[in-house]
Amino acid sequence: MSAALTTILTPTGMLGYGYPVADFWSALDLGVEAIVVDAGSTDPGPYLLGLGETLCTDESVVRDLTPMLEAAGTRGIPLFVGSAGGAGTDAQVDHLVSLVDSIGRENGWRLTVATVHTALSPEVVLDRLDQGQIRHSVRDELPTRADIADAVALVAQVGAEPFTRIIESPQKADVVIAGRAYDPAPHAAWAISRGVAPALAWHAGKILECGGACAEPKGSGVLARFFDDCFTVTPMSPGARCTPLSVAAHTMYEKSRPDLLPGPDGVLDVRACRYEVVDERTVRVSGSKHHDGESPTLKVEGATVTGHRAVFMGGVRDPILIDQIDTFLDTLRKILSGLYPELASGAAQLHFHVYGRDGVMGAREPETGTPFELGILAEVTAATPAKAKAIAAHARIGMLHLPYDGQIATAGNFALPLNPMETAIGPVCRFSVYHVLDATGLPAFPVRQREVGA
Amino acid sequence: MIRSTEIGPEPTVRLRDLAAVIRSKNAGPYEITFDILFTDPAIYTHVRDAGVLDRHKLTELFGVPGNDVVFCDWFEPALAFKLTLRRWGDQGGVGERDTFGAQQHAPLLNLRVARPAEH
Repeated sequence: MSAALTTILTPTGMLGYGYPVADFWSALDLGVEAIVVDAGSTDPGPYLLGLGETLCTDESVVRDLTPMLEAAGTRGIPLFVGSAGGAGTDAQVDHLVSLVDSIGRENGWRLTVATVHTALSPEVVLDRLDQGQIRHSVRDELPTRADIADAVALVAQVGAEPFTRIIESPQKADVVIAGRAYDPAPHAAWAISRGVAPALAWHAGKILECGGACAEPKGSGVLARFFDDCFTVTPMSPGARCTPLSVAAHTMYEKSRPDLLPGPDGVLDVRACRYEVVDERTVRVSGSKHHDGESPTLKVEGATVTGHRAVFMGGVRDPILIDQIDTFLDTLRKILSGLYPELASGAAQLHFHVYGRDGVMGAREPETGTPFELGILAEVTAATPAKAKAIAAHARIGMLHLPYDGQIATAGNFALPLNPMETAIGPVCRFSVYHVLDATGLPAFPVRQREVGA
Repeated sequence: MIRSTEIGPEPTVRLRDLAAVIRSKNAGPYEITFDILFTDPAIYTHVRDAGVLDRHKLTELFGVPGNDVVFCDWFEPALAFKLTLRRWGDQGGVGERDTFGAQQHAPLLNLRVARPAEH
């Protein structure tokens, strides 16, 4: 192989999850031109977007960022962060900039930070809906006008374009912090800017965005070197190795299809890929193809708050009760529906998750059999936190004291480990929008550049 | 007269005895995807041809309607089988059981597959 076109290091699959810092510096000594790290996902559910909460704490983000900023500030290796904060809202981008600023000040590093804000206004999304420019989701649904208008926040998964604009700007950025981005986009944008074929750039981005998850054992970081007709992947930590199978398998990880992977800039086609051993720890990937989309698209994510949740949990060990647990819970539910019309009307909901029987799979659980112990999580959702807690408290009392056929243990039915016993756990969110729209003619996402730190 | 009956190995093995990886994971908020990965091309071909990982049998196993299947096919470059199902309920919403869909794979582990030669 000739000299590499470029080299990208992804030290961890998620900013804030931690990584071995000594391995990070050893990898940089191999000659890394860009550091790219993903900071967000929709996988944890809609609460990050709906409530503006961050996926990781500031403390763990600062710990992970500090060595990367040192590399950016003292070695001139640019750092790209996608999907800041978890959901990639504008506020989460600005918050991450403030963390970079304070780390820079503390350590005496002056850093040029470029940001990409990726929020969309409801008006823009409603207009696309009216124009028939939003595609049906895999559920064959379009968002309603209320789904869009009531969303607490709307963000677009941006592709390579805003990153490319920053990379090609004459004023070099040390750190790039983007709102919601298609996970492989910053990797792809960097590699393409260095002359890498788009197909290889997007394929490597898909593998790198999860860090060392493509290695055995799964590790934190991974290094990619790009060549004219292939790229190689090597785990950052010496104890891990990439194999053709681990890399091929990771390409299809958490994707609907193993062969065609659509994104904002087109479709990555891995049907003709080859995965070959380079050395004990390194795999070479070639044969990726990329088909440009007919028009630019963006996946838009929006979340609404649908109610407030209260929970309690406990266990049942009495076999007489375990034998009739469904009847018991149905009776309890009927009593509560009589007391709380919200439950009867569906405005409030009560779910029992019965662990030990079908707590994980519910109606799809194929196993049957009688367990000797059940764990029960009761989940109440209502319009207000107070209502949810009131129903939960009443349900907990019923769990504890409702009589049942053949009862011998008359002091209580339910082993409660927690005190207080029921707890309001906050708002419930849902993705009200998770749809692809035609982005033709949309204005470019705003990029700003500023000096932070010392 | 004593007749001896040769007791051979079980005629079937569990899928978990043949696959290197059996996993489930959310693919976005609306889908759960199941990956079954093999390391040996001969075993991959054997399981593929055994017919147990069949669209109809899998929807029966999980008790879901056929139109919930988004993808169900083999992918030889990764020695893999993938099944993607539409998700039940709203991810992280009311009644959620498995936000990351990470524990829905379990019924696949013990699927019986004809014992391959030399296994």
